[in-house]
Amino acid sequence: MKAEANREVCIGAGMCVLTAPTCYDQDDDGTVVVLRAEVAPGDEQAVRDAADSCPSGAITFVE
Amino acid sequence: MTTVEARSLPMTRTTPFDPPAELAQLPPISRLLYPDGHVGWLVTGHALAKEVLADKRFSSRFELRRFPISRGGEPFKPQGAQPGFFIGMDAPEHTRLRKLLTGQFTVRRMRQLEPRIEEITQARIEAMRAHGSPVDLVQEFALPIPSLVICELLGVDYADRDEFQTQTARLLDLELKQSETLAARDAVNEFMLDLVAQKRRKPADDIMSGLVQHDDLTDDELAGMGFLLLVAGHETTANMLGLGTMALLHDRTQWDALRADPSLVENAVEELLRYLTIVHFGTVRTAIADVPLGDVVVRAGDAVSISLPAANRDPSRFEEPDKLDLHRPTQGHLTFGHGIHQCLGQQLARIEMRIGYCALIDAFPNLRLAVEESAIPMRTRMAIYGVHRLPVEW
Ligand code: HEM
Ligand code: SF4
Repeated sequence: MKAEANREVCIGAGMCVLTAPTCYDQDDDGTVVVLRAEVAPGDEQAVRDAADSCPSGAITFVE
Repeated sequence: MTTVEARSLPMTRTTPFDPPAELAQLPPISRLLYPDGHVGWLVTGHALAKEVLADKRFSSRFELRRFPISRGGEPFKPQGAQPGFFIGMDAPEHTRLRKLLTGQFTVRRMRQLEPRIEEITQARIEAMRAHGSPVDLVQEFALPIPSLVICELLGVDYADRDEFQTQTARLLDLELKQSETLAARDAVNEFMLDLVAQKRRKPADDIMSGLVQHDDLTDDELAGMGFLLLVAGHETTANMLGLGTMALLHDRTQWDALRADPSLVENAVEELLRYLTIVHFGTVRTAIADVPLGDVVVRAGDAVSISLPAANRDPSRFEEPDKLDLHRPTQGHLTFGHGIHQCLGQQLARIEMRIGYCALIDAFPNLRLAVEESAIPMRTRMAIYGVHRLPVEW
């Protein structure tokens, strides 16, 4: 799985950092950054959950 | 098409923790009669609530907004958002202002605040001990913690709190007429404009001083942003601390479970947020286009109220939703909203609650209500639900 994020639409709510901390972080302005695009098998569900809970639809992934 | 009778928003609660029972009987979207006679919609289903909140065709602009309940017995008249009050704006105006603040409320920034929040909380525990049992938990603990924290963050002198706390309480009081709440709004605005002037003269290490550095923000915008943070930042968490403690004491096994296993607290906070959903009817949008939703079509101009408490008790999303269960999966609760307006302060609120509940349990393991539960005054007629007072003893 590949983790992706759209920095243009992110509104900095931080749900992704709480839900999938191995893959996502926020920069100093609060905008999402992808820490690791290659998702470890154990983190796949966390990334799906992050996409589900991201309020702005910024979090996506490719299975 | 058959006409379905539109009803006004169910408001009567029969227990302190559950939303009005009629909400659970409604289909995911139903017709709602607004106090000004408008017939709009009420969304109670979780999936639809999420859909509406994430869709740009449902506007947050205050000048379009109808309120589902009357204020002081009169219908609410739509009123544009004051400058800087981005919760009542759409993109791009909303996003321009919000983006200036997101860096201050990241998960990491909030974690750096933990030691200070810990200190503030311990000082309140000491104040409770100094006062002695019984004590009103709201006055001595639940309200001061988030107020002190947001004052420090913004750079407001806590000694000035009386000036704005009475006024912000009036803003949330639905028994007051709109004209009276406008007077309260003006008073807080004056207070904030003074603060802006003060930060321009003598900047310090706080959010307002940081904001005044932005040349493209007017004084009115700065004051409005500060106002929004101040109001949103203290009554909400305060009511979660008060009502959440009451809920844990109501079912003592939950209190004891948390006491036995403090590592449960993160999930406990999420479950209390879901179960209590204190923003109980203020989330309203206005359709700015015709939008099919579920089996209906919402027309441009229609008001759509999203019942966050009902969505958080939707049995198709949460098993046995009416049960408080600190162990359940809580992901997907909508207590902080969804879409571009999702709560900016949620990471701060989470930390304040986590530290607050743990400190209480730690200091007063035998805490209990000092009066009958039925004697606790509930905030049913306030924009944010909770308890007015919570007398506790140990
Ligand atoms: C348990 C505590 C809290 C709850 C339940 C809560 C709930 C909410 C909800 C439901 C919204 C969305 C409103 C909408 O969509 O129209 C919101 C927005 C907001 N909240 Fe909170 N909140 C809490 C604590 C805080 C704190 C501590 C702050 C402090 C800084 C804060 C600041 C804001 C701001 C600035 C917005 C507007 C965001 C925007 O429009 O982009 N909240 N909150
Ligand atoms: S959850 Fe979504 S909106 Fe929030 S920080 Fe992450 S990407 Fe941005």
